[in-house]
Amino acid sequence: MAAKKLSLKDKYALLTRDLDWEFSYEERKEAFPFEEFEGIKITDWSKWEDPFRLTMDAYWKYQAEKEKKLYAIFDAFAQNNGQLNVTDPRYVNAIKIFLTAISPQEYQAHQGFAHVGRQYGGVGARVACQMQSLDELRHVQTQVHAMSQYNKYFDGFQNWSQMQDRLWYLSVPVSFFHDARSAGPFEFLVAIGFSFEYVLTNLLFVPFMSGAAYNGDMATVTFGFSAQSDEARHMTLGLEVIKFLLEQHEDNVPIVQKWIDKWFWRGTRLLTVVAMMMDYMLPNKVMSWKEAWGMYFEEAGGALFKDLARYGIRMPKFADQIEKEKEHASHQAWWTFYTYGQAAGFHTWIPTDEELDWLSEKYPETFDKYYRPRWEYAKQLEAEGKRFYNGTLLQLCSTCQLPLMFTEMDDPTLISQRETHYHGEHYHFCSDGCKEIFEEEPEKYVQSWLPVHQIYQGNCGGPDLPGILEFCGINVGNDNLDIKGSPDEQRWKQWKGVA
Amino acid sequence: MSKVYIALQDNDVSRYIVEAIEEDNPEVTIIHNPAMIRIEAEGHLVVKRETVEEKLGRDWDLQELHLNLITLGGNVDEDDDRLSLTWNV
Amino acid sequence: MPVHAYTSDYTGTVRDLAENFHGNHVVYVCWERHLLFSCPFAFLVPPQTSFRTLRDQLMAEAYGAHPQWAQIDWSQVNWSVSGAPFEPQLDKTLEEQGLDHKASLRFSTPGLDGMSGAGI
Ligand SMILES: [Fe+2]
Ligand SMILES: [Fe+2]
Ligand SMILES: [Zn+2]
Ligand SMILES: [Zn+2]
Repeated sequence: MAAKKLSLKDKYALLTRDLDWEFSYEERKEAFPFEEFEGIKITDWSKWEDPFRLTMDAYWKYQAEKEKKLYAIFDAFAQNNGQLNVTDPRYVNAIKIFLTAISPQEYQAHQGFAHVGRQYGGVGARVACQMQSLDELRHVQTQVHAMSQYNKYFDGFQNWSQMQDRLWYLSVPVSFFHDARSAGPFEFLVAIGFSFEYVLTNLLFVPFMSGAAYNGDMATVTFGFSAQSDEARHMTLGLEVIKFLLEQHEDNVPIVQKWIDKWFWRGTRLLTVVAMMMDYMLPNKVMSWKEAWGMYFEEAGGALFKDLARYGIRMPKFADQIEKEKEHASHQAWWTFYTYGQAAGFHTWIPTDEELDWLSEKYPETFDKYYRPRWEYAKQLEAEGKRFYNGTLLQLCSTCQLPLMFTEMDDPTLISQRETHYHGEHYHFCSDGCKEIFEEEPEKYVQSWLPVHQIYQGNCGGPDLPGILEFCGINVGNDNLDIKGSPDEQRWKQWKGVA
Repeated sequence: MSKVYIALQDNDVSRYIVEAIEEDNPEVTIIHNPAMIRIEAEGHLVVKRETVEEKLGRDWDLQELHLNLITLGGNVDEDDDRLSLTWNV
Repeated sequence: MPVHAYTSDYTGTVRDLAENFHGNHVVYVCWERHLLFSCPFAFLVPPQTSFRTLRDQLMAEAYGAHPQWAQIDWSQVNWSVSGAPFEPQLDKTLEEQGLDHKASLRFSTPGLDGMSGAGI
């Protein structure tokens, strides 16, 4: 008789917990030095369990399967010149942002999980983090592969890693992950595993990727959904982490709450860029940012926080502010990038008349009142041959590093500015959320590498704009400026046989 | 009661998984988006191996679900025969 | 606690001290309700710059594209620094009137509240 197949539960026990060992000649504390300084109390690591009960053998098997499917599609995409099937060349600019702003953060996630995967005293947590670390490495690799096809035909893809280190708006995602990775292991897990993965990556990988499909981009939708299939596991890990920490000791509750407050705010700010990608950069629209936000943040996040209420956890602190911002964030962001389009690594444009109407319909409370008039004015300037570019460097937030481009939500024509002082220096912020985060740990954020200040300190090439852009890896005149008249647009017209 | 949800890539295998989910959870709502199928239910949803195998006409390991899974919401519990998603409130 | 760190007396390097700007200061300026300019500006200026130079050269160059800039009646303008009312003295330097490194100046121009009733 053949040996009986192990049940999932038994296999998980054998291949996870049974791999651990007791420390006989080293202090446990020496082996896991970072476990206590954040104030988190763990009484029993054996209570940790992966609800999917995924073991390393099954992990390799299914990940290999995913890769095979993915690369078959990449091959087909390249062989069939799939880049020609996207709706129009404007769409490709969203993918440029993806490669420069998001993919490198997959690598940071990989590094972060590899690090914490060594630091926890519990073997279940270590194994789960190890798998996640490998997933994230897979994500950056597959994304770079997928986009290498676009790199052969479009500008703006060629220097993504140099841009990531140097280009002004990319310091936003970079600093987000630096913040998380330089925190302790438990804060990292609440930041990335829970706050970011559970609610926020859904907004990036689900409605945006569905939008990529709707715009004919099979390569992106495939890597997106393939990555997201790992995210389903990451989300589940994130939720388990939170429940585990809250169940271990009541003293953990206020610490975890503080991290949730911080990281939901940081994450919301980071996703501003995705908001503008959804509302302005997809020629065929699936849903507005506001609708996606309602579905994944308010509905899915709301359900989550209702479930966590039994532990004494409440909604993230700035949820009210966040709810109001969904009406404004994408518009304020795209206007900023449009007016600084000479300093971006992708093309910008004025929405078409149909798109303006779609925005009016999706944002009946705000678009016609506050945002359409800006585009009408921009159209007028463009028609006069004076496409508007803003030539003066802008003020950045010392926490999130975004420009101070957000308004007061109750007075949407007034820019929101906040200020604090530390050791005699002024520090400026886009919001109460960012200000509070700074005030909690000023010694951390006084180190922010704010690109505008770095440019003014002479650390970023230049001092003229073309010099600074070249320093960032931008091919000046090709990668930046309006889509109208760009080499991207000209080539597209040639391929499509239109004048 | 909050909604649990699961989203699958819109492909040949998923079609049968969705059929199985519908059969085992008559109350679900199915939403088709470009390239993806989203399934929602009040409070609870279960994917049963046996039903999926019946629809597919072949053996199917529950962990194969990961190949087609996009995202989910709810507390997860998985064993050899079923994956369940639950919100307690 | 100014930081949650493993090292008990951890301090960070302050990256934006005035001394790193080669004799210059950064001064921020925000013209309220003129969102053609989506964000406040950051100007790099020697601290000995007069307020007049800041206003009539740097700001004029940065904001001049706005049709309302030329219409401003400077006697009607409300200024504030860090939320407190401020009376600029045109021929004094920024330094002399307390506009130090990373000071944040705001001004509003009553009657000129941007275009289209939308604060543009
Ligand atoms: Fe990832
Ligand atoms: Fe992830
Ligand atoms: Zn901020
Ligand atoms: Zn101050």
